[in-house]
Amino acid sequence: MTETSAAAPGVEEFPPPAPVAHQKGTPPPKDILLDVRDLRTYFHVMDGLVRAVDGVSFSLGRGKTLGIVGESGSGKSVTALTVMRLLDIPPAEIASGEIWFDGQEILSMPIDDMRKLRGKDMAMIFQEPLTSLNPVFTIGDQIAEQVQLHLKVSKKESWDRAIEALSMVGIPSPERRVKQYPHEMSGGMRQRVMIAMALSCEPKLIVADEPTTALDVTIQAQILELLKSIQDRTDSALLLITHDLGVVAEMVDDVIVMYGGQVVEQGTVEQVLLEPKAPYTMGLLESIPTSEKRGSRLEVIKGVVPSPFNLPPACRFEPRCPYAWEVCSEIIPPLIATQDGAGQLARCHLESSIGASRRAAAHAAHDLALEPDPDAQLTGGMA
Amino acid sequence: MTMDDATVVTDGAPSVAPPTADAVTPTPATGPAPVADGKATVTPVLRVRDLKRHFGIFGGIMRRQVGTVYAVDGVDFDIAPGEIFSLVGESGCGKTTLGRTVLRLIEPTSGTLEFEGQDLLAVSQKDMRPLRRKMQIVFQDPFGALNPRMPVSDIIGEGLLAQGMSDGKQRNKAAEDALERVGLRRDYTRRYPHEFSGGQRQRIGIARALALNPDFVVCDEPVSALDVSIQSQVLNLLLDLRRDFNLTYLFISHNLSVVQYFSDRVGVMYLGRIVEIGTVEQLYRAPRHPYTVALLSAIPDPNPRKRKKRLVLKGDVPSPAAPPSGCRFHTRCWLRERLGNPERCVTEIPQLHDLEPGHATACHFPEEIDRSVVEQAAAEQSATDTAVAASA
Repeated sequence: MTETSAAAPGVEEFPPPAPVAHQKGTPPPKDILLDVRDLRTYFHVMDGLVRAVDGVSFSLGRGKTLGIVGESGSGKSVTALTVMRLLDIPPAEIASGEIWFDGQEILSMPIDDMRKLRGKDMAMIFQEPLTSLNPVFTIGDQIAEQVQLHLKVSKKESWDRAIEALSMVGIPSPERRVKQYPHEMSGGMRQRVMIAMALSCEPKLIVADEPTTALDVTIQAQILELLKSIQDRTDSALLLITHDLGVVAEMVDDVIVMYGGQVVEQGTVEQVLLEPKAPYTMGLLESIPTSEKRGSRLEVIKGVVPSPFNLPPACRFEPRCPYAWEVCSEIIPPLIATQDGAGQLARCHLESSIGASRRAAAHAAHDLALEPDPDAQLTGGMA
Repeated sequence: MTMDDATVVTDGAPSVAPPTADAVTPTPATGPAPVADGKATVTPVLRVRDLKRHFGIFGGIMRRQVGTVYAVDGVDFDIAPGEIFSLVGESGCGKTTLGRTVLRLIEPTSGTLEFEGQDLLAVSQKDMRPLRRKMQIVFQDPFGALNPRMPVSDIIGEGLLAQGMSDGKQRNKAAEDALERVGLRRDYTRRYPHEFSGGQRQRIGIARALALNPDFVVCDEPVSALDVSIQSQVLNLLLDLRRDFNLTYLFISHNLSVVQYFSDRVGVMYLGRIVEIGTVEQLYRAPRHPYTVALLSAIPDPNPRKRKKRLVLKGDVPSPAAPPSGCRFHTRCWLRERLGNPERCVTEIPQLHDLEPGHATACHFPEEIDRSVVEQAAAEQSATDTAVAASA
């Protein structure tokens, strides 16, 4: 399943694949906090092998924010769990790859050393705050536990830190709240507790897997503002996993878009959301209902996500792609630098020389799909 | 507009101009019957007046009632034929309870409920059954709403059986027709729910509702459990079905972008009451309730160049078992703060009153809300936030 495009016919015309940033086995430069290289996470299940993450590479600078976007089954959560080494092996298998975190390769690290990192230098915020908190311990117990463990401080001091962490995430009367149990709190409160827990040891990396998906829109706004202000204050890096392109637009510096376990597009948030190059990203953006599209049909991505046991042979998006032609089912598209040369990457033949003649038409079709219908002008929300 | 459709379309012929086209033309001032008017030109599909549903909280050894949850607490609205009326609000605001109460899946505590001019509350449960054919519901959770032990033919056919279609072959045929209408293959009737994806299951849920040829469908968060690419497929399907079968929808959602795209009129709910009601144009262009303003301000925009100053509401929704006095929103209201916390908000319950035909708000100070005030409030708020952050 490697990108064997070099052996396929007509490939000599390809521009060279995007340079691998760093040599295998050597740490990345100091300003890169997290460097994931050619990560492959597979699951061995009854029906066969699921390649949930299939050759994913990205890097995240210190204090920066990277968004991973994708729909269910795209492999975005598995990527996060692999980075945290939270997967059970077996059934999971890390078939290949390196993950460099803060100058160390963590995939080969003994699990005891990993435990010292987890919670201290890297922390995770989960989607469902109710199931992620232990119902039989107070909030304070749960935050203090890891502070005691990692920072080797007294019980009294760890409780003080728990109270401090709770007030930092904007929970009123934290002295009272630390003694409460998760069920005594609302969903937004619990998510704040999760964030407080993640922050209590001042981690260098926060991995947030759909942190606002279970929350109401006004609470989502609170949590997003909170994450932003915390990042400003503590200089933590944030790996934000979400399916919501609106949240991505608000929060991140760089984005990767995943489909079928692979990265299909990568770039800055402005590049990816305003000038998408991969047809999947284009389709996602076109299918968002907006005021401009009122009265006209929504563009849809036809069909459904392919079964992980029966992936299309070449391009995994080919059966759903409106711009696909013969090549797309014959040659596996590599993740290549896009034509405008600003560092954006896309996994699509349209961006290589064999798709050059079709590129303009595809981009024009995308622009047309997004173009506001002049009859349906609405100004949208205020403020 | 939508009313005209109702008079033109008598047989539900698919050749009729799609009502979706209406959505783009601005609603004339005489839009759907304003709440206070009460004199609609066309019989509304649904007429709701002062509808309440309270739930008792029981506790202690004697299981005595120790409190009341005011889930729906005095709601008025009309839905005209062919219209899509949406209810938006946060979780716990009562929108789902309201959606079920109008179908009498939950019995209302008090109020008036008329369906196509008929008083629903005067009808016995037994006589409700023939009426239920005309009013159907599509549920939110496509995994929980379908019985995993039933093949699709039974899931869709169950309603038909209840309505007296005793011939199994006929039922099967109807189920196949319904599947075809929602874009699934006819032979899927033999399959079980686990064999389908989330989007397909939601289509089955829609097919089940459609099999009875209803006039009115309550869609309770029909797309919130679905991925973006699938969500747009289902929204398109719902719009197509409305056009082809001249349906009227009550659409319940917390997603304001979907509501703006999808509906004709919108009611914003907060703690069991409608706080603002109007056409999509009125509400999204010039919201006149501070809660609506905050909701709209909270929508994340997928355009990274439009990162905007947000008006972030403080705190959580209060418990519907102990709603705040006066205006229920006053504990979180940014406008009240700007106006120097007037007493009136705490002491006097604001009634829904018309600002212009079809647009009503339940705020004492709607004239204080305009774009500049909102922008100013958002800017000041982020200034205080930064100050707080700096001092922390």
